[in-house]
Amino acid sequence: MSLNSFKRALWLYHINAGSCNGCDIEILATLTPRYDVERFGIVLVGSPRHADVLAVTGPVPRQMVSRLKRVYEQIPDPKVVLQVGSCGMEGGVFHESYNLVGPVDQIIPVDVYVPGCPPRPEAIIEGVVKAWVKLEKAAEQRIT
Amino acid sequence: MAASKGIERYTIPVGPIHPALKEPIRLDLGIDGEEIVDVDVIVGQVHRGIEWLGMNRNNPVQNIYIAERVCGICNICHPFAYIMAVEQAAGITPPERAEYIRTIIAEMERIHSHLLWAGVAAHEIGFDTVFYLVWRVREEIMDLIEYVTGNRVTKAMFQIGGVRRDITEEQFPRIRKSLDYYKSILNQLKTVFLDDRMIQMRTRNVGVLKAEDALKFLAVGPTARASGVTKDVRQDQAYGAYADMDIRAITPDVLTGTIIGDVYDRIIVRLLEVKQSIEIIEQCLDKMPSGTILVEPKIAKLLAMLKKAEGEGVGRAEAPRGEVIHYVRLEAERETLAAWKIRAPTYTNLMSIPTILKGGQIADVPIAFGSIDPCMSCTNRAIVVDRKTNKKSMLTYEELHELSIEKTRRLKAEFDR
Repeated sequence: MSLNSFKRALWLYHINAGSCNGCDIEILATLTPRYDVERFGIVLVGSPRHADVLAVTGPVPRQMVSRLKRVYEQIPDPKVVLQVGSCGMEGGVFHESYNLVGPVDQIIPVDVYVPGCPPRPEAIIEGVVKAWVKLEKAAEQRIT
Repeated sequence: MAASKGIERYTIPVGPIHPALKEPIRLDLGIDGEEIVDVDVIVGQVHRGIEWLGMNRNNPVQNIYIAERVCGICNICHPFAYIMAVEQAAGITPPERAEYIRTIIAEMERIHSHLLWAGVAAHEIGFDTVFYLVWRVREEIMDLIEYVTGNRVTKAMFQIGGVRRDITEEQFPRIRKSLDYYKSILNQLKTVFLDDRMIQMRTRNVGVLKAEDALKFLAVGPTARASGVTKDVRQDQAYGAYADMDIRAITPDVLTGTIIGDVYDRIIVRLLEVKQSIEIIEQCLDKMPSGTILVEPKIAKLLAMLKKAEGEGVGRAEAPRGEVIHYVRLEAERETLAAWKIRAPTYTNLMSIPTILKGGQIADVPIAFGSIDPCMSCTNRAIVVDRKTNKKSMLTYEELHELSIEKTRRLKAEFDR
């Protein structure tokens, strides 16, 4: 993988769309010294307007739908959506619940899925790498 | 808790979510200058209909995995309380060895949860170095949990009438090794958190909850204990193997001699509880009885037994954040539960939030709010109403965090001079 078009550090914005916290603490664990993705310049940012990648966790309850959409729209192009956890993919353990509007890809377009309940930090890192490759392609298309 | 007139509520997008406490919640703060005069808490953004699923889709055994996913951090105490309720309703007594294994796992969870909180608290006041230090230390207990249960986060250890995996003699040395590691660094953590002048200045007399208020608002867990209320389910109504252990509710006066009920006291209580948890696990390992770990290993038989059972049960467990209660009713010839009610600790602890925040400064909101260890939270955005100008503005979490860091810098500059 050569990085020609996307030459910046990769910034992630994480949104909890009704997640149980399991995926969220694992995302955080990937940032902290054991897994330490910050050495590659992958940082969690506090604002969607700064982000390149949107990491979504959770099965998206009714109250979160409009918020998820708004956060997605606030991220500047090119952007990639990384969906973490089984419940956001197809409802997971919460499927059939009356309050779910998800899965996530019914609400916003998803590029990379990381299955697991919760996925291990290694899996999340692999997902981020895939998102990076995709972002690279998207950036390339914009240049040409 | 009601917002006073002059505060208008907005439908706020769940804005910048804090990298550590990631659950959506909204706080409406009424502000007079820098001082907080009114607080309202709005919850319900993460409603997933778990109780409904338990009553309509799953049988009682399947409910265990749903109970685990009530919260990804407290995913031992929820199934713990749940199976205790079901066992009470169905009249099942788990084997003694299973009770000990349950206790060990529950205490491991407490260590990991308190360390997680300590890191987050350090981050809230702008000490990211400490945050990374604590989370590095925390990986050791995550490894131990993975070694014992096979999983880092959701442990899947519980079964109605016992546990699913045994902890064998061969595993004891590895467990003791991790516990020894924590014992060796505990004093270092205490120095980092309790002797640091800056942390003292940011947390002493901040977010005070007096003992009478803690009783009035039914605070539970470390929030109540830091205010001097000796309330601990493990001590008051011992479950699992806790009756055999030497447990006393920890209040901050053990260390300092006084009880103020502020954020600093909550740090003390949580750090001392890590030590307590280590001691409990060691006692469990020493006293571990032999025998089976499951009453009924065949799930079909267990389900038939539960289908015949009739009755109701209440399970109370001490989660890292406080008391969690599960209520269950079983009806004969019904495959699912007839009723399931969960009361999580943060729900009652949120009642004390207005008292904790009132009179404080906006810059203290992240640490004061975080100090109850809200399990469903994050001060993502707050509406700020300036009483004098009656101007409304919204503070994003980032701005709030910035304010918090600024205050630390300001105090540091004053301190250095």
